[in-house]
Order: sequence, then C-alpha cells, then structure tokens
Amino acid sequence: MNVFASRFSATGYASELRKAREISGDEDVSDVMWGSEGFGNLAKEIPTFAIPSVPDPAAFLRLHTDDHADPSCRIKIKHGTTTLAFRYKGGVIVAVDSRATAGSYVASGTVKKVIEINPYLLGTMAGGAADCQYWETFLGIECRLHELRNRERISVAAASKFLSNLVYSYKGMGLSMGTMICGWDKTGPTIFYVDSDGTRLKGDLFSVGSGSTFAYGVLDQGYHWDLTDEEALELGRRSIYAAGHRDAFSGNTINLYHVQEDGWKFIGNYDVSEMHYNGPGGKGGYGYDIRVEGRTSANPPS
Amino acid sequence: MDISFALTGKGFVIVAADTTAARSIVKMKLDEDKIKVLSPHLLMAFSGEPGDTVQFAEYVERNIRLYQIRNTYALRPSSAASWIRRTLADSIRSRKPYAVNLLVGGYDTSTHTPSLYWVDYLGTQASVPFGAHGYGSYFALSLLDRYHNPEATLEEGLDTLRRCIDEVSKRLIVAPGKYKVKIVDKDGVREIEL
Repeated sequence: MNVFASRFSATGYASELRKAREISGDEDVSDVMWGSEGFGNLAKEIPTFAIPSVPDPAAFLRLHTDDHADPSCRIKIKHGTTTLAFRYKGGVIVAVDSRATAGSYVASGTVKKVIEINPYLLGTMAGGAADCQYWETFLGIECRLHELRNRERISVAAASKFLSNLVYSYKGMGLSMGTMICGWDKTGPTIFYVDSDGTRLKGDLFSVGSGSTFAYGVLDQGYHWDLTDEEALELGRRSIYAAGHRDAFSGNTINLYHVQEDGWKFIGNYDVSEMHYNGPGGKGGYGYDIRVEGRTSANPPS
Repeated sequence: MDISFALTGKGFVIVAADTTAARSIVKMKLDEDKIKVLSPHLLMAFSGEPGDTVQFAEYVERNIRLYQIRNTYALRPSSAASWIRRTLADSIRSRKPYAVNLLVGGYDTSTHTPSLYWVDYLGTQASVPFGAHGYGSYFALSLLDRYHNPEATLEEGLDTLRRCIDEVSKRLIVAPGKYKVKIVDKDGVREIEL
C-alpha cells in the first residue's frame, strides 16, 4: 500500500526521484554513463544530484554515515584495521592486514595499509584511509624537501613531529588517523605512534586498530629485544594473523615489511586463511584446531 | 568489568576470576569469590550485572544439589551446563532476565574427561578448550589460540593462565589486581594461589 501510494504522491523521496529523472530526461541511464558528453547540471534549470535508486535513499545512506557519533563528520569511513610495528635488535618489523570495512560491509580485501613514504620511512594506516594516504604522501613530499634544503635525510622523530603538528592543526575537524611512522635514521631503528588527537609517542612496540588487542596478546608474549630476523618476521605475521582470525573487521591478507640500516624491504603478502590452515610455506597452520590436532584432554586411567 | 578465564588441560580444568567487586568508580571489595563450587566435580565462574550474578549462582547451586538429593547421583558436567543454559534461555524471555555470563568447568568422572562450557546471558552455550569473559577476552583469546595445549600438565596450564593475567595487567587500563583460581580434576575441586 505504502509503495503504491508513494508512486502517485506529489511529495516525498519517490516523487523527488521521479522528478529528478524527468528533468534529466532518462529512465535508467545515469549521468555518469554519459561521461564527458553530458553538460551535467549546468544545462538544466534545477540542479540535481544522484540519489540511490532504492525505496528509502535516506535510510540507505544512513548505513554509511556516523552522524550520532560526530554530527560534523557525516561519512562513516574505514575503521576496522589491525596494524603493528616493533623495534628489535635487527631493525623494525611492520605488519598490517588488508581489510577495509564500511560498517559491516567488507569494502575491500586488498588495501595497502603500509604507506611507503620514502626508501627509509614507512607509515601505517588505521582510521580514515584517505586521511592517512593523503597526509602521509604529503609527509613524503615534505621529507624530500627537507633533504634538498638540508643535504641530510630527515630523522624519524622530525618526520613524525611534522605529521603530528599537522594533524593537530586540524583537530576537531574530523580527521581520523592512527599511524606508526617507522624508519631507520642516525639514531638507529625508530618507531613513533601518531594519531589525529595529536598524540605522538616514541616506543618499541605498538599495535593500532580494532584488532590491536588480539595482536598485542600474541605480540607481547612472544616479544623480546634479541629476536632473530626470522623470529621477528614470524612474530609480526603471527600477531596479525591472530587479529585477522579474532577481529571481524580485520583479515584477508597480511603485508610484512622489514626496516634495516639500508632502508625498508617488502617481505611478502600472506593470505590469512592460508596461514590458518597451512602456515607460511606450508610449515604447519597457525589455527588452533590445526595446531592441536590429535591431542585430547581426556585422561582415562591406563 | 569482571574478568574470567578458564582452560582445560590433560585431565583438569582451571577456572580463574578476578576478585574485585566494584560500584561506579569505587572498588567495594577486593576478595570477592566469583567462582561457585556447584558439586564435587563442577565449578562455575560468573560475571555480569551486580545482584543478578550471586542470585543466579546460588539458584543454580541449590538446584544442582536438589538433583543430587533426589537422584542420589550428581548431574554430569554436560547435563549441568545444558540445564544452566536452559535456565538462562528461559530467563532472557522473561520480564526480568538474569544478565549473567558463565564459564562452567567440570570433570566427568565416568569418562575421565574434563569439560568446559562458555555460556552467556543470552543463553548461548559452547563447549570450548578455553574461554574468557569480559575485557580480558580481547587480550587472552588470541594468546590462548597461540599457547593453549589440551595435553598440558597442571603446571603448564597454570603458566598459560599466568600469561593471560600478565597480558591483561600489562595492557588493560582497568585491570584488576587479584584473581581467585580453582581447579577441578579427578580428585575434585580445590583452590590454589597463583
């Protein structure tokens, strides 16, 4: 009944949508499909914009907004993530997952959450994907300018401070980023945690994102300074797997990086399911059921 | 805010729960026992809405005892857990439900099998090798995925439990100070100091 009535009503979203279609003179072909041929809204008397072709566009869009949390920031952006970085005697390990979610929707499973700022600096991405990507690329530009002006590579401390001051100047305007700036400078391997609140922390071990608690659980227990390179890479990979397994908003694949004196090196991309069942190189899966297969707690008297 | 952990090992179950009773921002009591001994081979850690928790735990305790008196034998852990789950499932569909989460650990003396059930206030039940409730679960579950061994000795099992507690103490802002730890195995229930 409601649907029937709305077809003939003169007010409401359905009629707005109908009017919009009449004005643009097409039924099913959207403006986008005309590419550069169309004149857009300029050629028409009333400006219009695309409306989702669903019964209630406002309700549909509400799925992708977060206006109760922050009325001034209405687009709900990618939030679920797990990223980690830690310092040890052999350098810095950076490991991240690759899932992007918008609410409960897995928007992508192949996101690059490590941003290669320059050959000696890596930034990780948690929070708003666009914010991290844009500002860390921008940071890369500023780092290069620093090199040209001072004939010297920027320190990790200075680069992270630049970013932290920059995001602090936008405080309260809806920026959302939680990032780790990792690299090797004169002082050796270094990690700084920087977020959009303006927090900047130097440390040996950080994990950021919705899956961070799960990653910390494995990371803290396996971490010590004298890890070998092999052990360190395994720990980074294993920790992101743990988060990918337990956190619904993290997963798909793991990207692993190693930073040494001569700059960062990409180690590899690992599928979380593959790690669950077979492990890296098929050397035994990380999954609990796979790891303890055949063992039992039953204790009958022999 | 309550935190509870439980894990199985070769022929035993360890159940641990923090001992703080808090109201608002104040710790009202530091040595509250949140693990009920339901029968000679059955333990239950409970957490959730203050008031509901103890009321529900005592209700379960008395009914498990009543069953034993009527039938001269005790319910097995799996049956006890099913009865408890059903009680919560009925409760959630009533006017005033119990908001209580449980870890039920028991040792089945006829099959010599330790068993652990994770039960929440909605009436979800799962038989698990290890389980946790509260904020602790966010740190402990990934750790237990990594370190739990179903064939662990008691000492190894306690080491794994210490890892969980240490991790929570390290990372959780509102981490509780003390835990009570109880064990159930073929010899029955006992409490130990960690």
